[in-house]
Amino acid sequence: MSRLLLPLIALLLTSAVHAAETLTVYSGRNERLVGPLYKAFTAKTGIEVKVRYGETPQLVATLMEEGAKSPADVFVAQDAGALGALAKAQLLQPLPKAQVEKVDARFRSPEALWVGLSGRARVVAYNTAKVKPEQLPTGIQGFTEPAWKGRIGWAPTNGSFQAFVTALRLMKGDAAAKKWLEGVKANAPRTYKNNAAIVEALGRGEIDVGFVNHYYLYAAKKDQGEALPVANHFLAAGDPGTLVNVSGAAVLKSSKKAEAAQQLIAFLLDTQAQQHFAQETFEYPLVPGVAAASALPALSKVGSPDLDLSKLEDLKGTLRLLQETGVL
Amino acid sequence: MPRRASWPLRAAGMAVAALALLPAVYLAVRAAEADAEAWALLFRARTLALLGSTLGLALAVTVCSAGLSLPLAWLTTRTDLPGRRVWTALLCLPLALPTFVSGYVLLAAFGTGGALEGPLARLGVPVPPVYGFPGALFALTLSTYPYFFLALRAGLLAQDPALLESARSLGFSPVRAFWRVTVPLLRPAFASGALLVGLYVLSDFGAVALVQYDAFSRIIYMQYEGAYDRSYAALLGLALVVVTVAVLVLEVWVRGRAGYHRSAKGASRRGAPVLLGRWRLPCLGLCGGVVALGVGLPVGILVYWAARGWGAGEGPVLGAAVNSVLASGLAAVLSVVAALPLALLGVRHPGRGALMLERSAYVGYALPPIVLALSLVFFGIHAVPFLYGTLVMLLLAYLVRFLPQAVGALRTALLQVSPHLAEAAATLGHTPPSVFARVTVPLMTPGWLAGAALVFLTAMKELPATLLLAPIGFETLATRVWSATAEGRFAQAAPSALVLMAVSALGVGLLLSQEEGARPG
Repeated sequence: MSRLLLPLIALLLTSAVHAAETLTVYSGRNERLVGPLYKAFTAKTGIEVKVRYGETPQLVATLMEEGAKSPADVFVAQDAGALGALAKAQLLQPLPKAQVEKVDARFRSPEALWVGLSGRARVVAYNTAKVKPEQLPTGIQGFTEPAWKGRIGWAPTNGSFQAFVTALRLMKGDAAAKKWLEGVKANAPRTYKNNAAIVEALGRGEIDVGFVNHYYLYAAKKDQGEALPVANHFLAAGDPGTLVNVSGAAVLKSSKKAEAAQQLIAFLLDTQAQQHFAQETFEYPLVPGVAAASALPALSKVGSPDLDLSKLEDLKGTLRLLQETGVL
Repeated sequence: MPRRASWPLRAAGMAVAALALLPAVYLAVRAAEADAEAWALLFRARTLALLGSTLGLALAVTVCSAGLSLPLAWLTTRTDLPGRRVWTALLCLPLALPTFVSGYVLLAAFGTGGALEGPLARLGVPVPPVYGFPGALFALTLSTYPYFFLALRAGLLAQDPALLESARSLGFSPVRAFWRVTVPLLRPAFASGALLVGLYVLSDFGAVALVQYDAFSRIIYMQYEGAYDRSYAALLGLALVVVTVAVLVLEVWVRGRAGYHRSAKGASRRGAPVLLGRWRLPCLGLCGGVVALGVGLPVGILVYWAARGWGAGEGPVLGAAVNSVLASGLAAVLSVVAALPLALLGVRHPGRGALMLERSAYVGYALPPIVLALSLVFFGIHAVPFLYGTLVMLLLAYLVRFLPQAVGALRTALLQVSPHLAEAAATLGHTPPSVFARVTVPLMTPGWLAGAALVFLTAMKELPATLLLAPIGFETLATRVWSATAEGRFAQAAPSALVLMAVSALGVGLLLSQEEGARPG
């Protein structure tokens, strides 16, 4: 029996590979960070990968316009909210359960529509020449104190900041979120375009603290040298300010190459890729057994609030709040 | 009475206008899905306040750009200023610098703890303000004045020096003649520059966001960035379209119907250059100052970034440079060709219909570029799927985006070409196409070159459409710069950005070197 079956399976597999020789990936993650991984996948499987690089939200908008006619097979996003939005628009197809279950339930879609690839924690980055670590509050609430007047930088137009405010709303309610926004606003924070600009400003000493994702610091140090006077401060476990968002991947419903697409996602969850995230981008690997970069506290110690990240897609309420408070 | 345009001309004009109106159609489709809440958001006081502050900025930038460009354009076309061609190419260059880079550059130079803040303070020189309204005005004026500069240059080059000489012979002083003859004749050039600068400010997001100025485009961008809400974004976009149409109507009303071409007999020729004499040094100082701020500063900061992260640098950028030049060059040619029917209709056959066709080119121009890119995604995937993902699609996007730059330049040039010359050629037995090719086209040379230069420079730095619509794997210098700055790796961005500026300078230098030789007479 098996003598017949095995060649047959092999034949089916090779024909499947032949039919799916080229995968089209829309990547909201940067070529410099993940490009080598797509290349390694091709080297390993022989499946060609064509990648359209772009900004995550703009690619989401593009996928929504393309709908059922999209040439994309796989979408790799910078945050869970983007994947949640595509799931809500019914543009994603479910992944095999066994595949998504490699990752902790907090970091994947409950319906297996997407899976997290790497973790990115919210932190408070600070200028080490102007602030001592012991002066920093243990929770985001502390930054509404008048002592921080004129010293804060934030990026309210940035997706990762809005995901954090959404988490704050989901955890503490709209009224508390509003109070926090108003409290920080009363401290006249400087508004930056994105996390990179905040870390750059911290390095120059323009501000003392800034709300950012943890890995921008390491990119900046690679860029400007280890002497850059900026460090990360992790807030107390369970605080909304420690939210761990994920970059993740999904297969488009319009894709006719689901099998090859799932192969790519399996590859991105494999040890080699997970180590790449840990070492090259200083993100948290999400598959157990792969260690984070040594400079980072363990993911289990970060104590990200327990939250369904798919719900971060609900940004309408967050934007309304940001508009009501005049932050936007 | 203007003669009725021939049908091929009208058909071509309508086809181009239809293409230019795609973004507006797309917005209307998406806005139709908007719910009551979105409409309520649109009409809240904050939307109006943002629109007001953005219009104020657009006006201020337009005035400052015009004021800066007039002397520069005059110096590089009418005087014996040494190195006029080099100055011209350098003065155009800020257009090629992506605004997200110029924003970073400004902050890195003049922000708190920036590279120049300390040294300037020690010298007692006031540091230019980088945040809020003054910062936005400073950054945008520096990055948009070339729109005026190129338009005014083309206007000055096409002007008949005999008019100025007549004024001088009537006893006008040089200064008085300049204000009474030269400047009024530049009205179409001012109008075209003002439209490009003013509407550009409405659409800008990169620079405004970095200098922390609250602008209208920001709330549109936000809807895509965070909320994935296309219908509310579309409503806001339509609001910008309405503002644009109002500006266009206002501009037609202001510019009136005056004729600008010479009506005297004989051929136009080049006037003798004004000798600067002891003014030479201050004039060189002005050009040098503007180039230092608009080009020297970014190049300096880019070199500083590259040096700071030495070794993190980049591999060869040749492929990306070739792609950039290819796409931008084709876009430049395509844009001036497509703009021609609109300019011809608007200038030679003025009337309500022609005017509307010509103006339609500008309708999408004030929209944030991401909206324009998405409208072409929408159009491409549904109407011409076989073109989707090809270079043709990208060129169409560039065409829609940059058409107004070409229309403005051609319009300015055409207004100064007398239709009588064409009529004279026709009486000599030439057919209309032959007249057009042998008389009108050569006389429009300054317009062709200025339009092509504008499109080439702005296409070199274009980002949203390039990312979403280029063939997969088609890397340009601008996408390389973007991909490096996105994660804060400025050292990696610097080499590509420097190559981008160098290639742009070469391209524009090459284009504008045709000016003198091609000039008739």
